[in-house]
Amino acid sequence: MDLFRSSARHSASSKNVAKERLKLVLVHDRVNVSSTFLEMIKGDLIKVISDYMEIDEDNLEIKMTKTKRDEDDNLVPALVANIPIKRMKGAVR
Amino acid sequence: MGEVIVITSGKGGVGKTTATANIGTALAVNGKKVVLVDADIGLRNLDVVMGLENRIVYDVVDVVEGVCRLRQALIKDKRYPDLFLLPAAQTKDKSAVSPAQMQELCERLKKEFDFVLIDCPAGIEQGFKNAIAGADRAIVVTTPEISAVRDADRIIGLLEASELGSPKLVVNRVRIDMVKKGDMMNTEDMIDILAIDLLGVVPDDESIVVSTNRGEPAVGDNRSLAGKAFNNIALRILGHDVPFLDLEVDEGFITKLLKLISKR
Repeated sequence: MDLFRSSARHSASSKNVAKERLKLVLVHDRVNVSSTFLEMIKGDLIKVISDYMEIDEDNLEIKMTKTKRDEDDNLVPALVANIPIKRMKGAVR
Repeated sequence: MGEVIVITSGKGGVGKTTATANIGTALAVNGKKVVLVDADIGLRNLDVVMGLENRIVYDVVDVVEGVCRLRQALIKDKRYPDLFLLPAAQTKDKSAVSPAQMQELCERLKKEFDFVLIDCPAGIEQGFKNAIAGADRAIVVTTPEISAVRDADRIIGLLEASELGSPKLVVNRVRIDMVKKGDMMNTEDMIDILAIDLLGVVPDDESIVVSTNRGEPAVGDNRSLAGKAFNNIALRILGHDVPFLDLEVDEGFITKLLKLISKR
């Protein structure tokens, strides 16, 4: 019985939960992005991309997340932009 | 010329004042001339933790405003050879002192003392800016809690952005029974996340409550494990190479065996 309990506790060790949550929250804290900063990037992205394709500005999504770095599996901040394209503009060569 | 060390944390209630009192007392016990400065204007507590609350006449605000001379505001702790306290004002607020005034005060204190320890208030506003203004280096205190470590990370960022360089970490209130069960972050976890050097690990210890009740720093109590940990921190500040306390006192045979196997 006791054996059971200790193994169950180990698999859901609250320390690891804390560590993961902490790492995630620190990724956001450290990059320290304000919503105005993100809005500025969004505006510039729209400007650049609009020269080449027609995009759905209302559904454009941009956010900071974290991703695992290939070399050492450490979490690093990443900027993710989801830009729905309505139509490609005529061949701009 | 002495050295000014600020003890800070971001979050309140992690043990900054206790750490300041104990590290300062330990430095004095080791033959250094030490002054403890309470920078928590409006919420002073270093005086009660040190048991010197009944001897306050002037405070740090009186000194910067020129109401009294520096020497008049310094309270000598008669229990130790060269230990002094410069108390905070209780009826004013953080804006009563400016960073420039704190810097000047630290310069004056450095001339007379080997160590000037500044007990920083919680937060990242004016009080924090005042406390770090005259410091040469910083100690960040945290506990193994997600909220305390998060705030420590923020403080480390702010300290590194100032000219203070990389601070050293003290992990306070470690409960080894919970660490063993996997229910508390261990020191390695925190060093890994915060990426700074470790200065000391202090166990959660009832003797701290007792010593605070009495107004006697725990470093004076030989039986206090936390007191011993604080003394080791003082020795490391003095440049001694002291191994970290082995908190796993009752490590059983099986644990040892498992450790041995996992090392292979």
